[in-house]
Formats: sequence, C-alpha cells, structure tokens
Amino acid sequence: MSPRALKPLPPAATDPARIRNFCIIAHIDHGKSTLADRMLQITGVVAERDMRAQYLDRMDIERERGITIKSQAVRMPWEVDGQTFALNMIDTPGHVDFTYEVSRSLAACEGAILLVDAAQGIEAQTLANLYLALENDLEIIPVLNKIDLPAADPEKYARELAQLIGGDPDDVLRVSGKTGMGVEALLDRVVERIPAPVGVADAPARAMIFDSVYDSYRGVVTYVRMVDGQLSPRERIQMMSTKATHEILEIGVSSPEPAPSKGLGVGEVGYLITGVKDVRQSKVGDTVTSQAKPAAEPLPGYTDPLPMVFSGIYPIDGADYPELREALDKLKLSDAALQYEPETSVALGFGFRCGFLGLLHLEIVTERLRREFDLDLITTAPSVPYQVTTDDGKTVTVTNPSEYPTGTKIAEVLEPIVNASILAPKEYVGAIMELCQQRRGTMKSMDYLGEDRVELKYTLPLGEIVFDFFDQLKSKTQGYASLDYEPAGEAPGELVKVDILLQGETVDAFSAIVHKDKAYAYGTMMATRLRELIPRQQFEVPIQAAIGARIIARENIRAMRKDVLAKCYGGDITRKRKLLEKQKEGKKRMKMVGRVEVPQEAFIAALSGDVEKAKDKK
Amino acid sequence: MPSALPIADPAPADGALPASVAEGSAERDLGVYLHVPFCRVRCGYCDFNTYTASEIRGVRQSDYAAQAAAEVAFARGVLADAGVAERPVSTVFFGGGTPTLLPTSDLVLMLDAVRDAWGLAPGAEVTTEANPDSVTEGGLAELAAAGFTRVSFGMQSAVPHVLRTLERTHDPARIPLVVEWARAAGLQVSLDLIYGTPGESLDDWRRSLELALAQHPDHLSAYALIIEPGTKLARQISRGEVAQPDDELQADQYELADDLLSAAGYRWYEVSNWATDDAHRSCHNLAYWTGQDWWGVGPGAHSHVGGVRWWNVKHPAAYAERIAAGLSPAAGRETLDAETRRVEDVLLRTRIVDGLPIEVLDASGRSAVAGLIADGLVEGPKAIVGRIVLTRRGRLLADAVVRRLLD
Repeated sequence: MSPRALKPLPPAATDPARIRNFCIIAHIDHGKSTLADRMLQITGVVAERDMRAQYLDRMDIERERGITIKSQAVRMPWEVDGQTFALNMIDTPGHVDFTYEVSRSLAACEGAILLVDAAQGIEAQTLANLYLALENDLEIIPVLNKIDLPAADPEKYARELAQLIGGDPDDVLRVSGKTGMGVEALLDRVVERIPAPVGVADAPARAMIFDSVYDSYRGVVTYVRMVDGQLSPRERIQMMSTKATHEILEIGVSSPEPAPSKGLGVGEVGYLITGVKDVRQSKVGDTVTSQAKPAAEPLPGYTDPLPMVFSGIYPIDGADYPELREALDKLKLSDAALQYEPETSVALGFGFRCGFLGLLHLEIVTERLRREFDLDLITTAPSVPYQVTTDDGKTVTVTNPSEYPTGTKIAEVLEPIVNASILAPKEYVGAIMELCQQRRGTMKSMDYLGEDRVELKYTLPLGEIVFDFFDQLKSKTQGYASLDYEPAGEAPGELVKVDILLQGETVDAFSAIVHKDKAYAYGTMMATRLRELIPRQQFEVPIQAAIGARIIARENIRAMRKDVLAKCYGGDITRKRKLLEKQKEGKKRMKMVGRVEVPQEAFIAALSGDVEKAKDKK
Repeated sequence: MPSALPIADPAPADGALPASVAEGSAERDLGVYLHVPFCRVRCGYCDFNTYTASEIRGVRQSDYAAQAAAEVAFARGVLADAGVAERPVSTVFFGGGTPTLLPTSDLVLMLDAVRDAWGLAPGAEVTTEANPDSVTEGGLAELAAAGFTRVSFGMQSAVPHVLRTLERTHDPARIPLVVEWARAAGLQVSLDLIYGTPGESLDDWRRSLELALAQHPDHLSAYALIIEPGTKLARQISRGEVAQPDDELQADQYELADDLLSAAGYRWYEVSNWATDDAHRSCHNLAYWTGQDWWGVGPGAHSHVGGVRWWNVKHPAAYAERIAAGLSPAAGRETLDAETRRVEDVLLRTRIVDGLPIEVLDASGRSAVAGLIADGLVEGPKAIVGRIVLTRRGRLLADAVVRRLLD
C-alpha cells in the first residue's frame, strides 16, 4: 500500500500531471460521506482527534437526512511509487433535483468513483449520474462499498457493475468506508486510472464555477476548477455570463478547512472569496476570467437553473409575513435555484409563490424555513408550469392554478414531461407498471440490470410525479424502487382546472390543474376532506367542486345547532368572559372564506391529506 | 357555581372596596347569595364547591351558619365603609351544595343575619335550593314562616336510569309530594331539570318535562348537562364507559322543552329559564344578568358590587379561619374597566328576553345585527325598536351570537 505523502504539493505551483480530480457518484445511504471521511483520515488531512462523522456535510439537515446538498472540494496529498500527487475530491449532490449542479461538478473532474452498496446494487439516481459522468467522458472506477456487512453480495453486484460499464467483475474494487478496508488501494487506483487535467498554462484564465456557497462570515465562497491560465490573490476577475467584476480577496484550497494560497493553476480545484454577498453573483456553471486579460470564449455548459415545481408558501400567522420574506431573502443568498414572488390567497392570506428544482428542493427549503427561521408555514400542493393557449391565440405560463385563464375557451394546454427511470427488483414490475399507467405514463423500455433487477423507462407528465408519485412508488415496492427523472420537454394534455368552492366562494389554495379523467376524483376527495375538517357554522355550508361553471361534486356541512353555555350565574360570569376572550384569540387563527370560518389546521390537513389528525383537534 | 376560581388580582385582607363601587349604587338592587357547601353525596356530574363529610379539618357543618352570619355582618361594614348606598336587600338566594341538608333553624339564622344587616325590601324574594330527598313538610312550613318565599327543587329528571347516570339519589315519585308541601306552605315553586344526560333519549326527556309540568310549578329551569373537567362523569366519558353528550340531541331536547313549556303557558325569559309570568321570574338570577350588586357569602362564593368582582376561598376550613380572624374571606378579585363591563353586559343581557339595548353595542357590533337577523338568530322587529332579542335558534347559538356582536 502507498504511504501518506509527507510533503503536500503547493497550490499554484503543481504540475498538472500530478493532479487528479475526481468525484464520487453514489446513491443516498450507499456510504459516500463515510468513505470520504476515511479518505480524509488516511491521507492525513484531518487529524484523528478532529475527525467527526460525515465531516464534509455542513448543514444539520444534510447530516440528519444523509443527503449532501452542497458540494465541496477537498485537496488531499497521496504518494505512489515515491511521487507525490494532489487528489481533489469533489463532492457532488446525489439527488435528482440537483442534476444541473451534479453535471457541473462532473465537468470539474476527469474521473469518478462509482460507489455502490454491496448489499443493494445500483439505484436509479446513481445510474442517472453515471450517464452524466460517461457523457462528460469521465474515467469510471467501480467500487462496491460496505463489504463488511453480512448482507453484502459483492460477487453479484460486481457482475452487475461490470455488465453496466463494461469490463471485468474482478476489476471492481471492494471497500468498507466504515472500517477503511480497501481505501488505500482505491486511492492508488485513482492515481493510476484517472487522467491528469489538461489546460493551457499561458492562456487567459478560465475557471469553471462548480459550486457557490454562502457563508455568513465570509460572504459567498465560490468553488472553481481552473481550466486554463492562473488566478492570483488581489487580481480583478470577471464573471463571463454577467460581466460583473470583483476583486479576489482570498484564493485557496480546502484541505478540508480553507487554506489560502498564492493562487490556482491549470487543473487545480479551489475556492475564491470576493466579498459578494449573494450567490446569484457567482453562478454555478459560469466561467471566471481575468479582467485584465479576459478569455474570448467561456467554458461550455452554463445554463440558468429552471424551476420545475411550484408551491405557495404562507405563514400560519399572517403577522409572520415580513419574517418569511426576510427568511427567503436569506436562503436565496445560498440557493441560487430558489425563486419566489409575493402572492395573495383569499384563503391563506399573504405569502410567496416559490419555484424549486424539484420536490426534494421544495422539502429542503420549507424545512430550513421552519427550522432555521422558526416559521410556522402552510404550503400548497406542488404544481408544475403549464403553457395554456386560449382560443384567441394568447399563451400564458401557469405556475399557479389561479393564473389559469378564465372566461375564455382554452385551445391547448402543454404540460412538462419527464423521462423517468425506475429501478426495482423484478417482482415489482407489475405494480410499477400499474402505477405509471395510472399516472399517464408511456413505457419506453424495460431492461434487466444484472440478474433480478429491472430498469423501466417511462415518459410521464411531471405534474403526476409531483403529486405523491414517489411515496406511492415506495409503498408499492416496499421501498425497493428508486426513481430518477429529467425534463423531456412539453406535451399537450387534456387538462382542466378544478376549483373548490365553499358557500359559492372559490378557495384558491385548493384549485388544481388535473387531467380531465381525474377531475371528478380530485373534486370528490377535496370536498369530502373539507366536510370532515371544517367545523359546523351557524348556517349550512355547501362545498362544491367545479370545472368552470360546471359543478362536478358536492358535499354539505350542516349548520351548527347548539353553541351556548347553559348556565351563567354569579360565579360563571368571569369564567365565561375569559372563555370569550380565548375564543376571540382562536378566531385570529381562523381564515375567512366569504362568511365561512376555516381553522388553519383544516387548510393544512386538507392540503396534506392528514384528515384524521386535524379531526382530533377539532 | 363552578369550582375553579379565576386567576386575578389579590383581594385586600380587610375586604375594602374602592370608592368607585358606590357610584350609582342607589339605583342598583342589592342581593345576597348564601352558599351552603355541603351535600350528603356528590353527584357524578357536579363540580360545585361542595363537601360530603360532616366534619372537615376540624370544621363542623353545625358551625357553618354562624360563620356565614359573621360574613354577613362583615359585609355590612365593608359596603358602608365604601360609601355604597344603604339599601334593603331585594333578593336572597341559598344555594349549594344542598342548603336543606342543614337544619331549618340554621337557614333561618342566616336569613335573620341578612335582615339584621340591611333589612329586607318589601316583597323581597327569598329562595332556597332544595333536594327532594332532604325536605320535610314541617321544614318547608318553617322556612315559609321565617320569610322564605320560594323553593327551587333539584328534580333533574323523572327517569330512573337518567337519575342513576347523574347519581341523583332521590325517587322521582317524591316530586309531586314535595311540591304539594311547598305550595301548602305558601312558597313559590321552581323545578330544575337537566337534559342531555348520556343515555337520555328524546322520549325520556319528554317524560321528565311532562312530570314537571304536571306539578304546575311557577318557574322551570332546564339546563343542558355540561361535562365539567375533573368530575366523575368526565372521567367515565374519557374512559369510554359513558357516551359523550350529543349536541344535536341536546338541540332537539331544548326545542322540545321550549315547545312543551310554551304550550303549557310558560314563557322563556333567559336561555335556560321559563316562568308562568313576569312576576314569577327569578329576580335573584336576573340581578346577575343585569349587573346589580350582590354579596356572595360562604366558601367559594362570588360577589359583584359596582364593577368589582371577587370570590372567596374555596375550602370551608380556610374560610372558617378567615372569618374567625375577622378577615375578608376573599381569595381574589377583579376590577372591571368600562370596556369589560360593556362586554359582560353584551354577553349577559343578550341571553335574556328583555334583550340587550342596541346602544350598548359598538359600531362593528351594530353592523353585525343585520346579518344576525338574516340568519334567523335575532328578532328583527325587536332589533328595529332597539333591542337585541334572540330567536329560539338564536338561543341555541347564543354564544356564537355574542361573539358576532363583540367582534
């Protein structure tokens, strides 16, 4: 085995031939962070006494959920045959919502470790990222992890990996991130197999931003991969997409704590700090160049991230609206993909229409709002962007059912479509096909992957996926199926907008754009839910589901008949007055829809489907 | 009265009242409530401040009348010191507990103390609550002779299984007998009924109403059973041994009561109270609802004088100690500001047939009136002439109406 390198190579003065840039492609839970921990220890960049689990995952949510949201790069020294190398490990987000960020991280590497759990085999998201890696011409090093587990079946999954990427099953490395077994051999393999970076040292500087992180003390920290030329401290730089210029206040490498350096040269990976406070000024995928000697062409591959899932976010207490705005403004500093604009709902008051990369992104943002900013929130059902063309030829983008054109005939509605790949053991194929069929999916292919696992490819409307598809998939496959999807354009759909009316008033939060065959089911479901959730009023309240003026479902909340304290004598008066004051407080948490008082809990429960819990409260 | 005391300001040891209570006192009636905190057994639904032992921490039931009489004398001094107008007492009400568990002579002693302190106004109403179990023909006659004018029997129900659920021990067959004795003694008679007891059907309730009406009482109260936290019945319900009262059924039962009582010539004058005519309304209870002054004597009793409310310590032993030391037995008090008095006015007067004068409402309250008429909760014609009077549906939704008037 190779020894630890005693003298690391200095940044800005390292021969590109001694550099190896790689990432680890793995599914959540397949042990990427643990493997990274071992590499940090074995290469000596983190002392034993400083070691903590999942060292590189900074945010609490990441650590708790085992998800790496933001990537980071770590420079580690390693010696092979008496020569010292600089290994840059670029951590990538593992989730489908962050495909674009993944692709930029991959573009910063020459090779990838394909890390697969030896007890579970490859999952759909890993497969998706593997495709991306192969598209970026990365050298793939297949590795099975967790070989120390009793359930591990390395022979079987080695064959599966070999079949997938070509090659010999014996070539698949076997490691345990937990015990460290095989990790040194893996580092040797990285040096041996992954090509050194290639660039032009005396060309104008070009560095690709593959991550951009907001730090409350230092402002935005921009992670770059140098392609050509060199960047140095105090140099003025330019962002090629925005033309914005900044001065480099600090440049360096992470190992894994930030270490300032004299600069970064060809093929190196490191960070820049310019003092900007907003990650939008340092966009992932953008090219950094020198202001004095700018490059003529940016590096390829930059796109603005497009939100694919929209949801209304409202404070439960209307008085928290300014805090919600501030919280979103703060999150935006570290999350360039988050979009939001103010929105007003009759039912929910003042809030924001927010755009997300996907459902996980939505979940992470709302979770951070709750946790880091202590906000009580209601989120509306996620929706996707529709292109709605009316008879008079006007086309509008509808990200919120309330924007759906009314009072005019609809000529066509285009909905976003995705290519989905679902991996599961073969016994669940029937259940998956049934689910996809219900969700208006079209099967493209079905392939065996190894001996007993199948990859199903479908095109599906995104609108069907955002509506509890993943939960359904998991429950129908006992958790074994994994899902990946990517946008695949738009297709016309027979879609209608279903409104839910309380006593004739539309409750905007419950309007939904659904396929016409599902309108009745949606209408009935919501009307039934609301009948159970909304307390009786002093008058009868009809609940209707309607498409335009046509009522498709109806329920009734009967009028309340009794609301009176029977006795009110001397000693009851103070008590009754205090009760009244309490009821008045309670009413503040009621939302008025027309004359109907609806408790917040009812909205939350109706939106989440958690009817039983809210009924207990009622 | 409910057993839980409100949280409020401490009361001064000498019971002194602010001078503000004297303002307008000459125009208000003065009433006295005498609490008798003893029962032979505690009923499963009851959360009133009452005790079943004959001796509690060295305090004997037999000492109680003297203690209450001492508080009456103390009250006289406090009111005089505050400059409250000297008025003879208009109403006296003995409640409990079970006042008739005490010897008649004790009740008479307490009434005499009131008479000694302030005198009784001509035609004063003097009521005692009574358990049909614990009265005798002779006792009722003695009460009448001592100046009592009215007796209110806790009949509750005529149906044995309902009485059993309530843990009432009396035999419904005794009702006609005790009513006859009271009448013979020259006392006005009121019957208290409870509806909505778990297991009580609409027909059970009809039987109780019919038996009550057959006695031709002057006055009837019908209360929906309230499950008070901490009672045995509440525990039985939470354990699932007894069904939760059903609001729908209680509404049906209220309407049945109103139908039968109206047909028999009774007229509602408060949400839960009916009388043969204006003269037979409970003046004492009306005093609570119209903001008059009253002094509540005894453990846990509540008082109100000129915008100050207070309540006594609950435990009979603690009460006895305070009285023996010549201290105020009050545990806490609250002084109502103008807006709080207005809110109380709305929530109390809306419940009575004379109604709430519209000028008590603020602008937003007034703007709610049209909607209440449209929803059939408030009488339109009465509102037009300046009074908020509930319709029958409105009586069943009185709390909701009050919330809308105060919104």
